[in-house]
Amino acid sequence: MDFGLSEDQVLLKDTIHRWLDVECPTTRVRAIMESDDGHDVALWKGLAELGVTALGVPQEHGGAGLDLLEVALAAQELGWNCTPGPFLGSQMAVTALVESGDEAHAKRWLPAVAAGDAVLTFALGEGLGEHDLAKLATRADGGKLTGEKPLVPYAQVADAIVVAAHDAEGPGLWLVERGAPGATFTTLSGIDMTRRLAMARFDGTPATKLCGGTKVIERARDAGLILLAFDCYGGASRCLDMTVGYAKTREQFGHVIGEFQGVKHQLADLATDLAPSESLCWYTAHAFDHVRDKAERHAAIAKAHMTDLFDRVTRYAIELHGGIGFTWEYDLQLWWRRAVFDRAFLGEARYLRARAADLAGW
Amino acid sequence: MNLSFSAEYEKFREEVRQFLAENWTEADRAATPDAEGVGAMTGAALRTDDRATEFRRKAIARGYMYRHIPKLYGGGEQPPDPLKATILADEFRRARAPFEIMGQGPSMLAPTLVVHGTEAQKQQFVEGTLLGRIRWCQGYSEPNAGSDLASLRTRGVLEGDHWVVNGQKIWTSNAQDADWMFALIRTEPDAPKHDGITYMLIDMKTPGLTVRPLRQLTGDADFNEVFFDNVRVPKDSIVGERGRGWYVSRSTLKNERALIGNATFARRTFDGLQMMAQFTEVRGAPVIKDPVFRDKLVELEGHLLAAEYNGHRLLTAGGRGEDPGLPGIVTKLHTTTIGYHIGKLAMDMMSDRGCLAPGEQNAPAAGMFGTGYMWYFGMALGGGAPNIQRNVIAERGLGLPRDPRR
Repeated sequence: MDFGLSEDQVLLKDTIHRWLDVECPTTRVRAIMESDDGHDVALWKGLAELGVTALGVPQEHGGAGLDLLEVALAAQELGWNCTPGPFLGSQMAVTALVESGDEAHAKRWLPAVAAGDAVLTFALGEGLGEHDLAKLATRADGGKLTGEKPLVPYAQVADAIVVAAHDAEGPGLWLVERGAPGATFTTLSGIDMTRRLAMARFDGTPATKLCGGTKVIERARDAGLILLAFDCYGGASRCLDMTVGYAKTREQFGHVIGEFQGVKHQLADLATDLAPSESLCWYTAHAFDHVRDKAERHAAIAKAHMTDLFDRVTRYAIELHGGIGFTWEYDLQLWWRRAVFDRAFLGEARYLRARAADLAGW
Repeated sequence: MNLSFSAEYEKFREEVRQFLAENWTEADRAATPDAEGVGAMTGAALRTDDRATEFRRKAIARGYMYRHIPKLYGGGEQPPDPLKATILADEFRRARAPFEIMGQGPSMLAPTLVVHGTEAQKQQFVEGTLLGRIRWCQGYSEPNAGSDLASLRTRGVLEGDHWVVNGQKIWTSNAQDADWMFALIRTEPDAPKHDGITYMLIDMKTPGLTVRPLRQLTGDADFNEVFFDNVRVPKDSIVGERGRGWYVSRSTLKNERALIGNATFARRTFDGLQMMAQFTEVRGAPVIKDPVFRDKLVELEGHLLAAEYNGHRLLTAGGRGEDPGLPGIVTKLHTTTIGYHIGKLAMDMMSDRGCLAPGEQNAPAAGMFGTGYMWYFGMALGGGAPNIQRNVIAERGLGLPRDPRR
């Protein structure tokens, strides 16, 4: 029994951390944020060269064949750095392809994703907080997809979209390639400008069906929840770190503000909840691959828990900074925005907790 | 990371079950109080009679208890393994078998003696303490030395072969039942305050020592004032060097934070809460069906799971010889806060009947959650008030500057 990261895992995390530190300072984050599509191909290629896009891709498809935990550690570093880009949706689609056991689709797409030559995304929810797969309104019939997905990450950037829909057999997944006829995208303006969203409409759009049904959709969704939880941990840790740093240097009343107990105790309370939460994230990612009967419930609990924390940490970080924390120029706002996305996307805490209660049989 | 209950662990569980079946009989079980009751929650349901001692000795010899204490001094001496520890706790609880004694002696004093004690002290005290045959209380706090513990004033003056101790301790849990006290005594009045303190072992039967019970918020009297009037303590009853007691006690205090910070208490009460919520009806439906309570239960469970996995991480870090840093420093504040919220949620779930006292049979779960709720106030204070914890977390954990203090 061993509850901790292995040397390899620590090395992986540190490597990504250092690379992003150099390659993606917040000046670059802001430049990408303000670009048209919010996607920096050079940065994505760089991440691919580092191996980030290949982590969860099986070895037979040109990837590293690692567990979701390794992918999630990368997500944590992207959260720490506030890196913009299509990582989340692409990884959810990778999980769907891997879990479906659909060799033809996997062979066609996974090597390109691993190499950084293709970006995928995943279209699941249909808005209004409805997450019941039985109620998906998007329909597939005779290889044609029709329906509306109001919140698809990086739909315009993606080379292919994995879409959750229904056919006569029930819920399943279909793959729509870039430029397919009848697919239209409307750019949405989101609070978090580091994860772009579009509304996707499919009107008789050609699509190929993936193997597997509800279970595969749920696995991709749970992978997404877990990656979001790690993004929260990374982002919240960064905000706490920035605020502790600020409290050590900012002087008022002739003292650095970090000497005042009011400041110290707020920071201590945040650390008290944040430090143990890292272990919850670790276990949840571990469970995804190795303790499957606990994975779904843990994913829901961890995402809810971490989004609460990220929200709280960003709020107090801004408060403790004072006026400067409320400016556009100061970087804290980037993480606050990211926290908003993490909290809302794939379902709010109340919904996830209700599902966890159902799964417990309560 | 490897956390699955692999075949190796299932085999271990089987071994433990077989050991329990062979060594703790149905009759033993029937004679032992229910480990899920109030007593278990407060750490009071303990058997230390000859039969229990005989059983504990066997379990220790198998390496099932006190795994962090060397065999030479009566411990189980095993490498830390959170999954094995979890299996042992589960199986012993299920069999209602005597397990490790949760108290200041085994949890705080014994590990301190192993590190700082003389060979004679280790031989005299450690095994008896682990078996619950020597009961301890902690003589730290004084009326004017609480959070600022190092300003304590109980004096010890060396006269020939004895220290002559005068002064007063307060908030001394279980002093009424203790055989011995481990205490901090000022022996070097002219030294800087942290350097004038000696760690002393004092026999509670020594003439001149008086225990007076204090009734706490729960209505029970588990803690006390202890008065010293020319109490004569043999010269060699000190642990570590004269004047170094503050530093010896730091390792003990760390053990206490680990004890109070252990998520086991919180897990036990949370599981009880879940059960109560399923079997208690309010307004004609089980409480567990109320969407607000469901939400709050799962929210609390998130904190609890974080505390449990963090506990596993600390054990692993300990085994690797690493200092876990922040995740170790925050545990006490984290778990006692969870405990408080469990208690509060339980009170709300009982609706009107939440106002009934512990032991009242008309209350859900015989009012045991009332006791738990009250206990957590005490647990939050033991080993350092929450705001002192916050200072420690901010200063040692986050590297913020110290407050102005002398």
